[in-house]
Amino acid sequence: MASQNLQPVPEALSPEDQERAAQLEAEGQAYFDRVMSDDSRIEPKDWMPAAYRKTLLRQISQHAHSEIIGMQPEANWISRAPSLKRKAILMAKVQDEAGHGLYLYSAAETLGQSRDKMMDDLIAGKARYSSIFNYPALTWADMGAIGWLVDGAAICNQVPLCRASFGPYGRAMVRICKEESFHQRQGFEILLELSNGTPAQKQMAQDAVNRWYAPALMMFGPPDDDSPNSKQSMAWNIKRFSNDELRSRFVGMMVEQVRVLGLTLPDSEVRFNEETKKWEHGPLDWEEFKEVLAGRGPCNAQRLERRREAHDDGAWVRVAAAAYAEKQLAKQARKHAEKEYAA
Amino acid sequence: MNPNDEVSTSSTSVWPLWEVFVRSSRGLSHVHAGSLHAPDAAMALRNARDLYTRRNEGVSIWVVPADAIAASDPDAKGSFFESPQGKDYRHATYYTKSEGVKHL
Amino acid sequence: MTPEQTETTGHGDISVGVAGSGDSSASATRITPGNALRPEDIALEVRTGLVKPSEDVAEYALRLGDDALILAQRLGHWISRAPELEEDVALGNIALDQLGHARSFLTYAGGAWEKSEDELAYFRREHEFRSAHLFEQPNGDFAVTIARQFVVSYYQFELYRRLTQSTDATLAAIAAKAVKEVDYHRDHSAQWILRLAQGTEESRQKMIHGLKLVWPYVAELFADDELATRLAEAGAAVEPSSLKADFDRLTGEVLAEAELEVPQTPAAPGGGRRGKHSEHLGYILAEMQVLAREHPGASW
Repeated sequence: MASQNLQPVPEALSPEDQERAAQLEAEGQAYFDRVMSDDSRIEPKDWMPAAYRKTLLRQISQHAHSEIIGMQPEANWISRAPSLKRKAILMAKVQDEAGHGLYLYSAAETLGQSRDKMMDDLIAGKARYSSIFNYPALTWADMGAIGWLVDGAAICNQVPLCRASFGPYGRAMVRICKEESFHQRQGFEILLELSNGTPAQKQMAQDAVNRWYAPALMMFGPPDDDSPNSKQSMAWNIKRFSNDELRSRFVGMMVEQVRVLGLTLPDSEVRFNEETKKWEHGPLDWEEFKEVLAGRGPCNAQRLERRREAHDDGAWVRVAAAAYAEKQLAKQARKHAEKEYAA
Repeated sequence: MNPNDEVSTSSTSVWPLWEVFVRSSRGLSHVHAGSLHAPDAAMALRNARDLYTRRNEGVSIWVVPADAIAASDPDAKGSFFESPQGKDYRHATYYTKSEGVKHL
Repeated sequence: MTPEQTETTGHGDISVGVAGSGDSSASATRITPGNALRPEDIALEVRTGLVKPSEDVAEYALRLGDDALILAQRLGHWISRAPELEEDVALGNIALDQLGHARSFLTYAGGAWEKSEDELAYFRREHEFRSAHLFEQPNGDFAVTIARQFVVSYYQFELYRRLTQSTDATLAAIAAKAVKEVDYHRDHSAQWILRLAQGTEESRQKMIHGLKLVWPYVAELFADDELATRLAEAGAAVEPSSLKADFDRLTGEVLAEAELEVPQTPAAPGGGRRGKHSEHLGYILAEMQVLAREHPGASW
């Protein structure tokens, strides 16, 4: 439920009111701190620090945008899927992503921001989404690599988010994680079929893994010493593990799974560090990451344009449905009034 | 066209928010599943069917306009929910003397 | 109430981590695959020789399968482009239903010629397809798609409803699954016809235009030919012309409620059932088949 529960700015208040506001603020903060230390949940109408609200709104809306923009590279292959079974699976998957975007927009709406506003920000290029979707899906094997690596990394990120301190976000993530359990598996299966197929198919699979590996690792965000917001998010129980911790775990899983696939990771420096008990990987090109984030990736303009086009093309439909609803309500009210009058 | 007109046209294209409750199988109560946008109740029900029961999650759906829900005041949670605390005589476990007596 | 099974994805336990909150969220997110006829079940029956369609029935199943396949291909384009996210999901569901019907019909048809659904979908040429022209029509704007859905769903509902009584058990079983899904497609299109026709002046004009664009292809759906008549006499199929009265009555009711007129456009000759197609099918197949044909014999 959306509530316009933004923090009041104590301006031009009488001294008594100022004191009262400060007292409420202190009580709210104390309650919030207790919720955090009990590892309990904050709900939309609870008092929360302005920065917490802002951080959540940014993170959840970015997450929602990523789902919606993330539909595009895969939707491009629905029409060309090489078997009817794969076509059905891919359709169901891209459809799920629309659903996941919806769940997340709803969670963000509980913080007082309308979906319409978030969509406007996205289309205006004012909002961010996961950089990975600015890379092109060039072959069918990319459907496998996206499912296996990109969804795999996303799930790694998302499972801990099921316990995020903000109730609506955690609940949305539970539903999303359950539904996504098939996304990674179908990607793995696509790659496995290709790897066990003709030499051309196997080459296609390896090429896709080579292209998506590094961008997938960068999905966990910048290294911990270059991630200023991470610490605060962890203190607020939004984030449960650091970027590097999750990335290391993910690399470990991929090392195992790539063997089953009969493919290789394009990283000669992957190793298990016996001392730290963590998986390590080769250097990542963070300059490229920043470039793509700044809008200079291969598909940034194309992805936004496609979203804008769908939104603009649909405007007359949304207006028509809203107008119809209004007319129906008016008609009902008129009927009701006539009945009253007759009685 | 004055700026106010523009605001009103764009606002009419925004579909209101609905809360969705799903009954997962016969005999159970409807449980909040999430929200969605729809122009009216008929479409809200259909959107809820498409969105929240794609995997056989339900046998019945309720939709409620989000702004029709009245909620208890979160700031008053201390006093609003204080009374039942400490009234253990409302619970069977309070009555220990009858322990061991059959069918009680 | 059965306690929910903890689901794992290989990444650990997906739970909210709050004591006592698990059950309430669980009952609204409990997911099951359900229990219905799937294309895979038909493939198994065909493979094990449990069922084998006659040449006539296979030809007939090919028609219905191609209709649904081409429509699914068209509808799939809407996913990520619909007027609102909720509608992405709705059109996705309809496309998936149609694709499911296509796979069942094609799998069954292939039983007569030892061909799989994919061999039929990906390795036939344009003139070997049997879809009617309506299904090939471009998506256009949302009103055109809704107009096409409106005609298709009311036609398919009447068809499948009767096919559930087919003497061919497999056709009857596929129809029994499909008719329930198509019933919902009818509702979806009717709801939108009402809203677009009586929403704004712009949407009304677009709806009228959309109906005008698809109406020339209505007649072909109800045209009888030797195959359909022969199968109908044997009780295996339905004569298309026998569906017309119910189709006219029910679509007429919706159009009347929407204060729209039945378009008076001249009928196009059609010919899809004989492999004579519109200009559109070539493009559809080029895109649909390109990858599969690049790797003949490959498995995916």
